[in-house]
Amino acid sequence: MKHYSAFAIAREALRNHTGWQRAWRDAQPKSRYDVVIVGAGGHGLATAYHLGKNHGITNVAVIEKGWLGGGNTGRNTTIIRSNYLQDPSAAIYEKSRALYETMSQDLNYNVMFSPRGVMMLAQTEHEVRGYKRTAHANGLQGVQTEFISPKRVKERCPIIELKGPRYPVLGALWQPRAGTARHDAVAWGYARACSNMGMDIIQQCEVTGIRSEGGRVTGVSTSKGEIDCGKLCMVVAGHSGRLAEMAGFRLPVESVALQALVSEPIKPCMDVVVMANTVHGYMSQSDKGEMVIGGGADGYNNYTQRGSFHHIEETVRALIETFPMISRLKMLRQWGGIVDMTGDRSPIISKTPLENCFINCGWGTGGFKAIPGSGWATAEMVANGTPGPLAEAFGLERFREGRFIDESVAAGVAH
Amino acid sequence: MLILTCPYCGTAADETELHPGGEAHVVRAGPEADEDTFEAYLFQRANPRGVHFERWRHSHGCGKWFHAARDTLTMQVHGTYPAQVTEPPQDILDAIEEARAR
Ligand SMILES: Cc1cc2nc3c(=O)[nH]c(=O)nc-3n(C[C@H](O)[C@H](O)[C@H](O)COP(=O)(O)OP(=O)(O)OC[C@H]3O[C@@H](n4cnc5c(N)ncnc54)[C@H](O)[C@@H]3O)c2cc1C
Ligand SMILES: [Zn+2]
Repeated sequence: MKHYSAFAIAREALRNHTGWQRAWRDAQPKSRYDVVIVGAGGHGLATAYHLGKNHGITNVAVIEKGWLGGGNTGRNTTIIRSNYLQDPSAAIYEKSRALYETMSQDLNYNVMFSPRGVMMLAQTEHEVRGYKRTAHANGLQGVQTEFISPKRVKERCPIIELKGPRYPVLGALWQPRAGTARHDAVAWGYARACSNMGMDIIQQCEVTGIRSEGGRVTGVSTSKGEIDCGKLCMVVAGHSGRLAEMAGFRLPVESVALQALVSEPIKPCMDVVVMANTVHGYMSQSDKGEMVIGGGADGYNNYTQRGSFHHIEETVRALIETFPMISRLKMLRQWGGIVDMTGDRSPIISKTPLENCFINCGWGTGGFKAIPGSGWATAEMVANGTPGPLAEAFGLERFREGRFIDESVAAGVAH
Repeated sequence: MLILTCPYCGTAADETELHPGGEAHVVRAGPEADEDTFEAYLFQRANPRGVHFERWRHSHGCGKWFHAARDTLTMQVHGTYPAQVTEPPQDILDAIEEARAR
C-alpha cells in the first residue's frame, strides 16, 4: 500500500489524483483464521492492529455486520482525556491518550488528534472537592491535571458565563494534553494499517452464531458463511449481550441510547473542550466550526439508536445557561448510539467461560478515548491467553469479587 | 416520547413522569445463596434486543412501581401490569405473541 506523505499529495496534484489506492482491501472471508475479532469499531480494529504490531499475529479477520466504524466509534463526540480517579482507569486511559499523541505517525494516517485541553467545570462545592481530589490522585498517577480558578476558566474559554442562574462556575479540573480526534479517521487509519499487514476486514457480515466444543470456541456462523477460528474476541459494544448469549454466558451489561447533536458551523469561538457534569452537558467546536454537544444517556434499555428528546432539551437548557451566546444557534443534526453500561461504569477486558474466547466491552459512554490503549491491552490478552498489567483489573470476575473500579462517582456524566 | 399507562391510576404517562427501574422479575438471592447466584442477582441482566420486561415507577404521579413489556428495538409497548407478580401475566404474553405473528 502506498505511503501517504506531503510528497504524495504534490505528486497526485500533478496527475489529477488518479494514483490514490483503496485505503484497505474489501476482503471476503477465508475458511479459517488464527484470530477472529467480531466488531470493526475502534476497539476491535485497534485490537487487530496491536495483535499484528506487538505480537506478530496477522492471520486475523475483523468481522463487521454493518460498515466499518458505523457503531459508536462513528457516533461519538470524540473527547479524549485521562483524568479518571481510580488507578487502573488512569493507567489504561493515560496509556491510550499517550498513544493518540503519536497515532497519526504510527498509522501513517492523519487522525487529527488535537490536544486542545479539556476543562471539567465544578459548579457545586461538592464538585470542587471531588475534582481537587481527582487532581491529587492524578498527580500520584502521573497524569497531568490541575484544579483551576474561575478566572483562569474565563481566560481559557471567554464565552463561558461564570455566574449562571443556577450553578455558578467555581473552578475546573483542567487537563492540558486532553482533547479530541477525528473519529472516522481513527477507524479508517487502523483498518488501512491492518489490511496492510495482511488482515481481512470483512464488512456487511453479521455473526449469527458461535460454535463451541468442549468449552472451546471452534468458529462462528455468519451471514457470509461459516468461519473457523483459533481464538475469538468479541468487541461489539452495545451488542455484547447478544454475542454472549450466542456463546452461552451472561454479562453485567445493559445497552442504552446516548445522544449527541451538532449546530450549524460558526466562526471559531472556543478552542478547548468544556464539560459541565452537574448540569449534564458538554461542548466543543469541530474543525468545521460546528458546536459538538453531548448530554445524558437514557435510563432504560434500548437498541434503537435514537434516544429520548427530553435529554436533548435538558442538555441544551444547561448549555445555554453556561454559554449564553449559543442560544440562537440552529441545530443541524442529532443522533444516538447504543452504549454498553456496566454496574461500576468501568469497561470489561476479560477472559470468558469459554477457554479461547475473549471479550472487550462495557466502555459505555466514554470509550473513544480508550481505543488505542484498549486495543493494546486486549491484543496482549488474546495473544498470551491471559490479561497483562493494563487489563487485569478489568476482568469479569471483579463483580463477583466486589473489586469494582468505581468511576460512576468520578465521572458523573456521559462522555 | 415513550408513553406507558400506569396500571394503578390509569394515567397514560410520558416518560418524564416516570422513573425506569431496570429488569423485572429478578429473583432476590437469599443469604444461603452461592456466589454464582448472588453475582447473577446483583449484576447480570437480561439485555434483549426485543421484548424486555422491566420495572417503572410512576414517580411524578401515584408513586407506585409497576411492570412493562416493551420491545427495545421497535419501542412497541406490549402492555403494563402491576408489580405484585413474579412473572408476566398471560394476557401480556398473548399480546407479545400476537405482535410477533403479525
Ligand atoms: C453519542 C455518543 C457520544 C460519545 N462521546 C464520547 C466521547 O466524547 N468520548 C469518548 O471517549 N467516548 C464517547 N462515546 C463512547 C464511544 O463512542 C464508545 O465507547 C466507543 O466508540 C466504543 O467502541 P467499540 O469499538 O467498542 O464499539 P462500536 O464502535 O460500537 O463497534 C462495535 C461494532 O460491532 C458491530 N457488531 C455488533 N454486533 C455484531 C455482530 N453480531 N456481527 C458483526 N458485527 C457486529 C457493530 O456494527 C459495531 O460496528 C460516545 C458514544 C456515543 C453514542
Ligand atoms: Zn400511577
